Formats: sequence, structure tokens, C-alpha cells
Amino acid sequence: MAFLDRAARSLFLTELLGGMALTLRYMFKPKVTINYPYEKGPISSRFRGEHVLRRYANGEERCIACKLCEAVCPALAITIEAEPRDDGSRRTTRYDIDMTKCIYCGLCQEACPVDAVVMGPNFEFSTESREELFYNKQKLLANGDRWEAEIAQNLAAEAPYR
Amino acid sequence: MPKLTIDGIEIEVEPGTSILQACEQLGIEIPRFCYHERLSVPANCRMCLVEMERAPKPVASCAMPCGDGMVVRTNSETVLKARKGVMEFLLINHPLDCPICDQGGECDLQDQAMAYGFDRGRYGENKRAVKDKYMGPVIKTIMTRCIHCTRCIRFINEVAGVPDVGAVYRGEHMEITTFVEKAIGSELSGNLADVCPVGALTHKPYAFTARPWELRKTETIDVLDAVGSNIRVDARGAEVMRVLPRVNDDINEEWLNDKSRYSYDGLKRQRLDRPYIRQNGKLVPASWAEAFTAIAARLKGLSGNRIAAIAGDLVDVEAQFALKELLSRLGSANLDCRQDGARFDTSVRAGYLFNSGIAGIEKADVILLVGTNPRWEGTLVNARIRKRYLAGGVTIASIGEQRDLTYPYSVIGSGPDTLQQLVDGSHPFSETLRAAKNPMIIVGMGAFQRADGLAVQAAARLVGEAYGMFRDDWNGFNVLHTAAARVGGIEAGFLPGEGGRDTHGILDGASKGEIDFVYLLGADEIDMAKLGNAFVVYQGHHGDAGAHRADIILPGAAYTEKNAVYVNTEGRPQLARLAVFPPGEAREDWKIVRALSEVLGTTLPFDTHGQLRQRLMAANPIFGAVGEMTPASWAPFGAQGPVDAAPFVTPITNFYMTDPISRASVTMANCTEALVGPAQERTGTHG
Repeated sequence: MAFLDRAARSLFLTELLGGMALTLRYMFKPKVTINYPYEKGPISSRFRGEHVLRRYANGEERCIACKLCEAVCPALAITIEAEPRDDGSRRTTRYDIDMTKCIYCGLCQEACPVDAVVMGPNFEFSTESREELFYNKQKLLANGDRWEAEIAQNLAAEAPYR
Repeated sequence: MPKLTIDGIEIEVEPGTSILQACEQLGIEIPRFCYHERLSVPANCRMCLVEMERAPKPVASCAMPCGDGMVVRTNSETVLKARKGVMEFLLINHPLDCPICDQGGECDLQDQAMAYGFDRGRYGENKRAVKDKYMGPVIKTIMTRCIHCTRCIRFINEVAGVPDVGAVYRGEHMEITTFVEKAIGSELSGNLADVCPVGALTHKPYAFTARPWELRKTETIDVLDAVGSNIRVDARGAEVMRVLPRVNDDINEEWLNDKSRYSYDGLKRQRLDRPYIRQNGKLVPASWAEAFTAIAARLKGLSGNRIAAIAGDLVDVEAQFALKELLSRLGSANLDCRQDGARFDTSVRAGYLFNSGIAGIEKADVILLVGTNPRWEGTLVNARIRKRYLAGGVTIASIGEQRDLTYPYSVIGSGPDTLQQLVDGSHPFSETLRAAKNPMIIVGMGAFQRADGLAVQAAARLVGEAYGMFRDDWNGFNVLHTAAARVGGIEAGFLPGEGGRDTHGILDGASKGEIDFVYLLGADEIDMAKLGNAFVVYQGHHGDAGAHRADIILPGAAYTEKNAVYVNTEGRPQLARLAVFPPGEAREDWKIVRALSEVLGTTLPFDTHGQLRQRLMAANPIFGAVGEMTPASWAPFGAQGPVDAAPFVTPITNFYMTDPISRASVTMANCTEALVGPAQERTGTHG
């Protein structure tokens, strides 16, 4: 009996047709893939992407060189040097992040008392050489200027939970 | 001996011990801000409250002496609540700016708020803000952070003896200030930042440059004066970031003078980082091999009596010992470690040491200063004399210049003739000396840096002998040196040998053309013009006077860059340790001498630092007793003879710039301008 059943299914290609029917059914459903890089999926407001250094609205850089991010970084990716600026305020003269060392744990932004170093929503920063991944202060501040709108929105969304 | 119970543990303490000290003996931690063990007790921070039976309220343990039968509790509900309350009050007006505060990470208030404080603030009103004060070139003030513990006021009044800091207004409006916005005129002002439990007073040169957790700490010693203060060098990478004192009750207690503390930026400037050879009048960079070959070529065929060496003020014992060995192999006896030209007898140890020890000052009841300004020549020795003065019952007199030494003293003469009057008892001060139990004489380099130095030394000895300064249990004859290398050089035998020339002889010989080759081992304070046409090899770490005159420069290591022995003015050998590596091609000094000896064909018999130290100990066993004073036995020293009536003059004209390191330091230049400068007339070119 089992033999007849199997022979009949092979003869009438029912399994094949069943599979094709499934495929046909998905043709009429909405697509789950997107046309990257022209389209991008949504990301969480907690997404930990490329680092930025932010500024205040008046253009003053937020970082006060407290070095807490450098201390907390488990990968030792951050290097900071500081000295008094001409107006006597505490500022960095050097703020480097080695993006090849970074493990994207997000402890730096947790440690920052002034929300200066933040991991932004950008994840597309691959480069052709290692050297380009050694970020300096200038690059990080430029990142901050570029992503400020998104980051401000993300931080506002997360504020109730912090 | 009162007996009391603390937290159920019975303890018997010395009468007069406070409850806080008794708790410390038991290992119970009592939080405190205003209490400092070397300062007086004002009991104004109220953080050390403990509960005592039969007392209606919690008591301040720092100010409450132990009594018989007291029952104290340090961890009861009341105590914890009291601490929490005090902490909350302290934090009302304290800005929470720890991230930008230099004290962050080593702050008493931060630590104690974590341990004893409340986990959130309840204060929503406006905080107090206070204008920052100017306190000189080394102390930075952020007065809003001040919690009014008054440690700084007590330090500057009690230890430093310069009442420049005080408090104005009352209660919440109280402000710590220098009254008239002037630089603190003390050589110990750096300690203000150390005693400050919060970030109100911080070190200006260290401002914002580093965090305590990223510093590599090396326990070493200071060599910028002959006191040999114990210090901790904090470095990050290849850079010395700051220098802090270490506790050593025999020497510096826990203080440090400003020159030793802040001249570290001089270690980064004007450094010699590669050998140089003078060609056609210009110094040209060279390799070690080229430099050594050039020296060997010049030395070839030169007889020993035409070769000489002078050691400077910052040189370690090893280098002097190695160079001495090398020179004796070259047949030269012309070497001297007294580049300042001081003349004193070195045959008897007691004749050139601070025999009573710096801590011994506290036992003296009459102190006679001879040709010295201890405030500049040994700031911490002066602090110790002031401590002795505060304890009471001491008479201090000086033969020499009238200076502000931070304690009252009488000038009883100006020159060596006063010493002779004391010897024959014709001086009115003789009565005081005769009545003294532990009389002490402190002779400075101002008394020896003169043609009659040996006679002055003998006269000082005779004063000592006449008034019982040399006993089995007391030796009150003290020499206060100004250079860290000096005693070590003498102990290592870096002195003119049989028929050899001393510094004066070497300079005379060089200018007359009798000496053709001079090896300057870090010697910068000599008159370079007197070197004449001699071929000069300078081995040292800074491009100072010696390097400018040199025909060949060999780059050596500064005191933070080598493991080496230094002997302080008490004759106490101490170890300097490597905190950072010497820059560029610079090497440890003894290695340079050893390598040179190989090129000269008389290889010195040591290959490692250990072997060198072994030989050093064999030559003089005192180098084996690191950190200890080897008592010097008594024998006549000095040479009695006619003395010049000229008054004693202190050799230091500017405390902040006495050596190549401090001369290269920007901070020291600022100090000079702010504190020594005003003595000079300001002219139109002064900004």
C-alpha cells in the first residue's frame, strides 16, 4: 500500500506542485527584502554605530576631557590628551578612537557625563585601508555635525529610560 | 593611660590621644575632611562624628580626647545618620563638576560621598558661587568647590610659616583667600593642593593634563636639593606628568618643596638626546662610536696630570664612582665633586654630614645657623626647624645674612670672627649655648665656599667641642649641603687624589694650559671661561652651560630615568628608580663611562649595575645600608688657621633656578617672575 502511495505521488508530481504553489503564494505577499543601499531598514534608537563627538547648539564642543570613556573602554580604543584652552576651560587636544579596536559595546556613551561621545546610527563607514579607521577629533566632530539631527532625536527617545 | 571601648573592643591609649586616633590604631575608618595628622585640630567639618555613651549628642572624634571608661560606637544608626546629614550639607554648595575637576579620582569628598553619602540630592535651590582667587604660579583655585575645612590655612600658617592664606566672611559666605590677590610667598605652597581634600586648590602645571588612574607610579627620591625628599613620580607613557611627596618621617615627613615638585617640565626641555662633536666651532650630531673615538684620539698620549674631571650637582654615585675608577686608570688624580668650589675637610665623615639627622632637629634646644639660608638651601630642613620652633623652648640664632626664615631668630654675627668669639666664650651668645642641653650647629655652603673654608670648618668644630655638641648620644654638628650629588661623591671618593687638583686647581690649570682634557660629569655651575683651551667632554642630560662649552657631548639620564644611588646631606643612601626611559640615544651615566673605558682600552671591571653596586659597597660599606644613616665617628677635622672677616653669603640667589633641570622649567621661570622677580625693579620691557 505504501508503495502505491509513493508511486502515485511521484507520478503526479504533487510535492513539486505543492512547493510551487507555496512560491506562488509568496509572490502576492509584501516583500521582506529591501533594495539596499537605495533602501534601508529601520534601526533602533539604541543602535550602536559609528562614534560621533557632539557640539552644543552654540557650536561649542561638548567634550570636557574627563577621560571617563577612555577609562571605561574595555578595548582600550580611545586615546585622549587634554590641556587648558586659552579661555581656561578643560578641553581635549587629542581625541582618537581606533575603530579597528572598538567592539561597539557602547560603554563610552554610557560613561559620558555630557553626552559628547555618542554612537550614532551610521553603520556604513567601511574603508579601503586600516589607517582611515583611526579616527581623530576632527573626524569625530565632523561626524557629530553630520548626524546631529538623528542623534538628538534618538537621545530624546531614550531619555525616559536613562 | 585611659582605657576605653570602641565598637566593643577595649583599647588603652596614650593620654591625649583623640578618639579618631584611637580608632585608627584599631583599624576603624572614620571619615574626615578637616582633620590632618600633621596640622592642628579645628573640628569644623563635623564628618568624624561618633556616638559616645552618656553624651547627649554625637561628638567630633578628632577633637575629643580619650577618657577612661568611655564607650564609643562608630557604626551605630545615629552615627550613620549623622554622617549622611553632614555629607548632604557639604554637598549643598559643592558643584558636582567632578568630570572637569583635577581632583576627580583621588578626591576625599568624592570617595566619602560614595561611602557615606546619600544616593541622590534633595537640594533644588541655587548653589553658592565663589570667585576664584589668585594664589601664585603653582596653585590653581576653583573656590566654589571649597568645603571650608581650613586645612590650607592651617598648613600655610603652621608648617610653611607664611601667613598668606586666610578666611574672610562667616558661615556660608566664608571664603579662603590670599587677602590681597598675591602669590603665596612660600617654597612649600605646592603642598596646599595636597592637603586640600577637594579640588578647590589644585596644581596649576598639572591642570587638566592627566587623570590619576592612567598614571604609572614610581617611588623614587628627589635630587634637586641635598635633603633627598622621598617622592613619587607619576608618568604616562614617556612623560613625567607630576611629582608628589611620599611619607618619610625621617626626611620630608609628607611635604615637598615647589622646586622639586614642579620643575619636572624641565625634564622635557633642552634635553641632550644624542652625542655631539664640535667641528669647526659648531656642535654636530654624531654617533656614540664617533664620540668615543674622538675622545680616545684626544686622550692618546696625554699624561694623567693633564686630565681632570669635575662632577655636578645632580650626578648619581654610580657615575661618579665609575668615572673615578676610569680616571685613576688614566693616571689622573685631578677630580672633584665640589663644582661650587667649596673647601672643607672630607677626611672625617662627621665633618661634612648632617650628623643629627633632619629628624634630630626636633631634639635640639639651641640651633645656630652658620652661613646658611635653610629656607632656600634645604626647604624641608627649614620646615623642620620651624616645627621645632612651634614646639617651643628653642633658641635659634644665625651667623650670616638676615633673611625671613619663617621663624624668629637673632642674627648674632655675620662672619667667621663670630665663630671665633664663640670658641673663646667672649660672645654674649656663649651663655645660651653653654646652658643648652642639645645644642646644634648647622653650617651651610656659604661658610665653605670661600678661601678660608677649611678654617671656618675647624672653627665650627671648635664651637661644637666647646659647647658639648659631640656626645655619645648626641652629635649636633650639621652640614647642610645644597647638591644631591655632593655627599655621594665624597663617599665614593670623587675627590682630589694624592697630589691632585681640586676644582679651583683644575680651573686654574685649564686656564693656564696645564690641563688639556676636562671631563664634566653634569657640571654646569663652574665658570666655563676658565676652562681655557682645554678639550671639554660634557656628560649630562641638559643643554646648559657645560654643553655649550663642550667639545664632545655625551647624553646622560636625568634622575627620573635611571636606577641609581644618591646620598643626602645626612649621609643616607637612597635609591632613585627609573620612571621613564631616557630620551633618544641618551643612556644611564655609568654605562656611558663603562663603554668609554672599553674604547680607551682600560675596560672597567663591571658589566652590570649589580656588579657596579657590589664594587661600590666593597669600596664603601655605607652604600649597602640603603635608607639608613650610618653614624659618623668623631675625630678632629678642618684646618685651624686665619679666617677672613668677610660676612657669609648664601650661595643661592634664586631658589627656583639652581640646576639645569629647574633652569629649563617654564613653571620655575613663572615662579621666579612672580616670587623672586618683584625684588628686581620692573622696567618698561616688563609687559
